[in-house]
Amino acid sequence: MDKKYWLDDPRNIKKVLYGLYAVCALLVVADFFYEKHDHFKFEKWFGFFGWFGFIAYVSLVLTARVLRKALKREEDYYDQ
Amino acid sequence: MINSLPPGVILILGALMLPLLPGRLKLAWMLILPVLSGWHLWSLYDHSTEIAFELMGCQLQLVQIDNLSLVWVAIFHIAAILSVLFALHVKDSVQHVSGLVYAGAAIGAVCAGDLITLFVYWELTAVSSVFLIWASRNERSYRAGMRYLIVQVGSGVILLAGILLHLRDTGSVTFNEAFWKLLPTTEGYLLGLNSPGTMLIFLAFGIKAAFPLLHSWLEDAYPEATVTGTVFLSAFTTKLAIYVLARGFPGTEILIWIGAIMTAFPIFFAVIENDLRRVLAYSLNNQLGFMVVGIGLANFVDHPEIAKMALNGTAAHAFAHILYKALLFMSMGAVLYRTGTINASELGGLYKSMPWTTAFCIIGAASISAFPLFSGFVTKSMILTATADRHYMVIWLVLLFASAGVIHHSGIKIPFFAFFAHDSGKRVKEAPLNMLIAMGICAVLCILIGVCPGLLYGILPYSTEYDAYSTSHVITQLQLLFFAALAFTVLKLAAIDPPELASINLDVDWIYRKPLPALIARLHRTGVALGDAANRLVLAGLMQISTWIKRQCGIQGRFGGNWSTGTMVLCAAILLGAYLIVSYF
Repeated sequence: MDKKYWLDDPRNIKKVLYGLYAVCALLVVADFFYEKHDHFKFEKWFGFFGWFGFIAYVSLVLTARVLRKALKREEDYYDQ
Repeated sequence: MINSLPPGVILILGALMLPLLPGRLKLAWMLILPVLSGWHLWSLYDHSTEIAFELMGCQLQLVQIDNLSLVWVAIFHIAAILSVLFALHVKDSVQHVSGLVYAGAAIGAVCAGDLITLFVYWELTAVSSVFLIWASRNERSYRAGMRYLIVQVGSGVILLAGILLHLRDTGSVTFNEAFWKLLPTTEGYLLGLNSPGTMLIFLAFGIKAAFPLLHSWLEDAYPEATVTGTVFLSAFTTKLAIYVLARGFPGTEILIWIGAIMTAFPIFFAVIENDLRRVLAYSLNNQLGFMVVGIGLANFVDHPEIAKMALNGTAAHAFAHILYKALLFMSMGAVLYRTGTINASELGGLYKSMPWTTAFCIIGAASISAFPLFSGFVTKSMILTATADRHYMVIWLVLLFASAGVIHHSGIKIPFFAFFAHDSGKRVKEAPLNMLIAMGICAVLCILIGVCPGLLYGILPYSTEYDAYSTSHVITQLQLLFFAALAFTVLKLAAIDPPELASINLDVDWIYRKPLPALIARLHRTGVALGDAANRLVLAGLMQISTWIKRQCGIQGRFGGNWSTGTMVLCAAILLGAYLIVSYF
């Protein structure tokens, strides 16, 4: 019988996810409380780094999915 | 006495003695060599020793340890010790010898004060390191090693051609100053890139630095090396290239664009790659991009202050990068060593059986993702700040995008698919003790640099007041990191995240692995066919001529038959007449 691990329980994974959401929310709120020194104007936009990170990540993955369609080959492609 | 030895030679000669030593003595010798070499280099630096001689009219300088090369000398020795430690359990002497010779050659190369010495060590790194790939001892690694060797030696040949042209132009092969200081300036020149010689040298450096389109040797060969060989490979070759670019071409504007492309395009490949060591190779390529941007920004002519920060950033990032990249390759090496596979599609749930490796891998992932308190956070931001100070908005956005990409493939994908994700059911032993110690030291250094950046800043080429831990930097970086993680979660829950599939993806190496060999084979076939046809044609012609001669000279033929006396006399008269005419002229 395999040992039961903390992460094996789906409820605990939920806890991790809620933790992540909470941290994200806190970081957005933190935007109000410090002096921004920026190089570009858009850095001052509300939560710029947050949504930039989110959009960058999603667009990266979506583009890569398209790229995969073009570039994917069988594992033994070069051996043929 | 020891001070008369050139840099790196202790490692190279010491490694060659390795196969002669018995059992435990060999292990001790392997660990002592990098320490001895480090002490040797320190004493060369401390006494500002010069080892110089003349070769065919060229002044060769074997020792040049200044503020710039010192960073590389230091990190190369640390990397050598850690790689040796990680490989200590390996029984294969070939790997030990080639790993140490390779490290010695790389150290010799960063200490080279002239281009000829650089060239010699440059080629030695190529020739010695290929054995780390071939040591996998299978058909795939043999072929990948061959391709690697051709590209690396090729870059050396281009370097030599560039050096010779440069020697013709300037009469000197010194490499203690950037090329733009060595050459007379001309209108509208790119810093350093103002002669055919320097352009060839730049190209040679670019191949080794894995510039876009010249990059695929890296992603092709590194993942085919042995478990421990890849750790060696990840440290030296490309960072040597970064060093020579930093010394030879600081402030060359084209590097900013090349570097930005380098940070961005490999991450798309990393997202869909299944071989986790290949993911790390793409990620390595992406990290080199940041350093290349830093070198491009180091324009000491027009922006000296920003240049100092940019070059500091490049040096610091190279230092930190070697450590966390080695750590990540070590952790994936340990997984490969224990499970026999490194394909994400076959892994998962390994945190249960390899908890230490998991923890070390996460530290490496946090470092490369530039999480506050980890090494990447205090180094990469110097390059981003320098970019912003020079108002390169597009470049800055690309770098920020690439930073989010790093979080995907190295920060999340590597640890998640290997150690968590769906449980593959694999239950293996934890990594061997020597591997764990090597990973542990790497992890400690990653955190140490992150927590006490002053230690690293103290050895950078220029003194710096840079403060990575401003409130603004910490919060914005955390926002970037956590929202990228949030994006991962959302995509994962929506099942949009690309699944790990047992497949490979085409890259630039496809050109010289598929169509080019096919084209050559086709040309060969066409050539053979043409040759055959020509042969047949010529042969048939000769046959016809010979039958004609045979017929004419035969007993029945025009020349062979009996001629009448009248005809003979006529012929003799014509011949004599012709002779008479000719003799008048």
